[in-house]
Amino acid sequence: MKPISSVRFRQIISALSALLLIALIFWLGGRKNFGLQQYGQLVIDGLRGGTIYALIALGLVTIYNVTGVINFAQGAFVMLGAMVTADLFAREFLPFSPGLNLVAAAILAILFTTAVGVVMERLVIYPVRDASPLTLIIITVGVYIVIQGLALIHWGSGALKIPAFATFFSESTRDTVYRPFGIIIKAQSLWIWATTAVVLIVLYWFFNRTIYGKAFQASAINRTAARLMGISPNKMSLLAFAIAAAVGAIAGIVLGPVTSPTYDMGLKLGLKGFVAAIVGGLVSAPAAVIGGLLLGVVENVAAGVTKSGLKDIFAFIILILVLLYRPQGILTKTKETEKV
Amino acid sequence: MNRNLIGIILLTLFILFTGWYEITQPEGFSSLTGGIVTFDAMVRIGILTIVVVGLNLLMGYTGQASLGQAAFYGLGAYFSAILTARAGVLGIPETIAKAWWWPWLLIPAGMALTGLFAYLVGRPILRLKGHYLAMATLGLGIVVVILFRENFGISANVLSLTGGSDGIPGIPRLRIGDYELWPVTRYFFLVWGAAILSIILALNIVNSRVGRALRAIHSSDLAAEVIGVDTAIFKTRVFVLSAMMGSLAGSLYAHFQAAVSPPTFDFVASLELVIMAAMGGMTSVWGAPFGVALLLIIRELLRARMHRLFEGAGGEFEVVAFGLILILLMIFAPDGVIKGFRSLITRVRPAAAKS
Repeated sequence: MKPISSVRFRQIISALSALLLIALIFWLGGRKNFGLQQYGQLVIDGLRGGTIYALIALGLVTIYNVTGVINFAQGAFVMLGAMVTADLFAREFLPFSPGLNLVAAAILAILFTTAVGVVMERLVIYPVRDASPLTLIIITVGVYIVIQGLALIHWGSGALKIPAFATFFSESTRDTVYRPFGIIIKAQSLWIWATTAVVLIVLYWFFNRTIYGKAFQASAINRTAARLMGISPNKMSLLAFAIAAAVGAIAGIVLGPVTSPTYDMGLKLGLKGFVAAIVGGLVSAPAAVIGGLLLGVVENVAAGVTKSGLKDIFAFIILILVLLYRPQGILTKTKETEKV
Repeated sequence: MNRNLIGIILLTLFILFTGWYEITQPEGFSSLTGGIVTFDAMVRIGILTIVVVGLNLLMGYTGQASLGQAAFYGLGAYFSAILTARAGVLGIPETIAKAWWWPWLLIPAGMALTGLFAYLVGRPILRLKGHYLAMATLGLGIVVVILFRENFGISANVLSLTGGSDGIPGIPRLRIGDYELWPVTRYFFLVWGAAILSIILALNIVNSRVGRALRAIHSSDLAAEVIGVDTAIFKTRVFVLSAMMGSLAGSLYAHFQAAVSPPTFDFVASLELVIMAAMGGMTSVWGAPFGVALLLIIRELLRARMHRLFEGAGGEFEVVAFGLILILLMIFAPDGVIKGFRSLITRVRPAAAKS
């Protein structure tokens, strides 16, 4: 008889436990009389949330790769994007077309948030870039507290409103709803996916087709070597914060119509973004996107078959399990556990 | 004489003085600080000092980040709260639940249970390093708080243990026989007695063979392993110890506040504990009381004085000012205020540093 190697054994164990989990989900769902339609709905809604997590994770990974900073203020960028857009839109400074008004508000919000990211990097990150990781984490927490506090002063604690994008193309004031196979898909979900796709394509083009993007990638792969090739770490750090802030703002803007934006929406989203980034392995942008989508679907299905109040618990249990069993991320093949 | 011994004596004298002043002087302790630092705040500083001393051992000496320490604090608090205020629901006979020794028994029992929990999760989690460990402990902290909020996943109609988001009110005060440890002036001495004992315990650990092993782990896991330190065991032990200190403080908090609810132990609370530890200086046990006091006093100060600086400034201005102070402290005194102050002196008066 051939002995089973320990690697093989672990693979069998993890495959079995995955099967058990899936069986558990269907058993719990069965108790609630879930059909394919219900599961489809849970997956679709999960994908929508997951796309937002993916965008946030993308910003986190961008900053982490180049500067080694875990940015707790990422959620604040999301909040700023949504709140500034809602605020400017309500001012109606382009009175002739509400659609154009929203586009202008969104662009200004993205520019503003990017500026905030850049100022943050110059003021409090770059001067202390050699400090311990913990000091840097606490500084970004401080930035988050300041931004959220200023938002509370400026906008108060009430929710602002961004209308669903589809309302600009129809007579109705409510979001258009599609019902393929009985699954409800709001038009705003399509907007979220489309916008994310555009963001990903633009980033892909930037990172792979422009000299700045390639310099950025070089910097992410090996900071010292990139520096020796004449790539300024100073500029790359600034660029990382600018990109992360802009992507965060976009996430906030497209999410705005789904959940009315408030000053404190950033914390939870930022944390979920971390989980997504870590599920993806913390270093790779495409993996972070897939991590975000997976996280969104899994937490939504798990919450759907159990209790909606437990939704966040599943996200963070996934976080701990991934860290314990695949700290290099669920997609990466090579072992890189020693990276600190 | 040993500097740590002097520190303990000075702290004890200060505590005795504070308590004596509050009891005997009609205007109370807070009048000494212009009404900014209340006597209640002093009790809170004592409770949190116990948690942060544990955190200092874990993060400062051993170099293992924990962004979920408030979970252990919460486990102690909820353990005491559930088994006293919810004793009837659990079917604990009245003769036991109403006995004076019952809550006292629960404090070490809660510590043991929290320690066991920390041991079980610590074994696997502490293999992680750096950011990964920080994120895992963060997740752990959030999971525990959601369990509190969601009544451990049990339907509230079947058995309401935690009271959901409202928490548990009506936790009894501690008493010895018929002598109740309340009003707060009595409780104050209990809390600070426990805090000073935990400082003494931590100082003893730090200046022993174990302490040197912990510092070796901080410098380098590998090097510590090579010179014969069993890093896994030491990391787990210090993790369990810090969790038990958190649990002790949590129980003390529950009987002080007489009510517990989830926000006190959530992710933000965990971050605050780390900030306190960092403000005081994590590589020193003495940093703990200083850091806790500094953070609470800054907050009280902002609350009491902010509206005089800006016309009509409300609570939100305090939050912004707090964030700014936090950033500035981390930029200019990343090793804590004590060391920051020392290095400031050496910079201003280079001659003084030599003497």
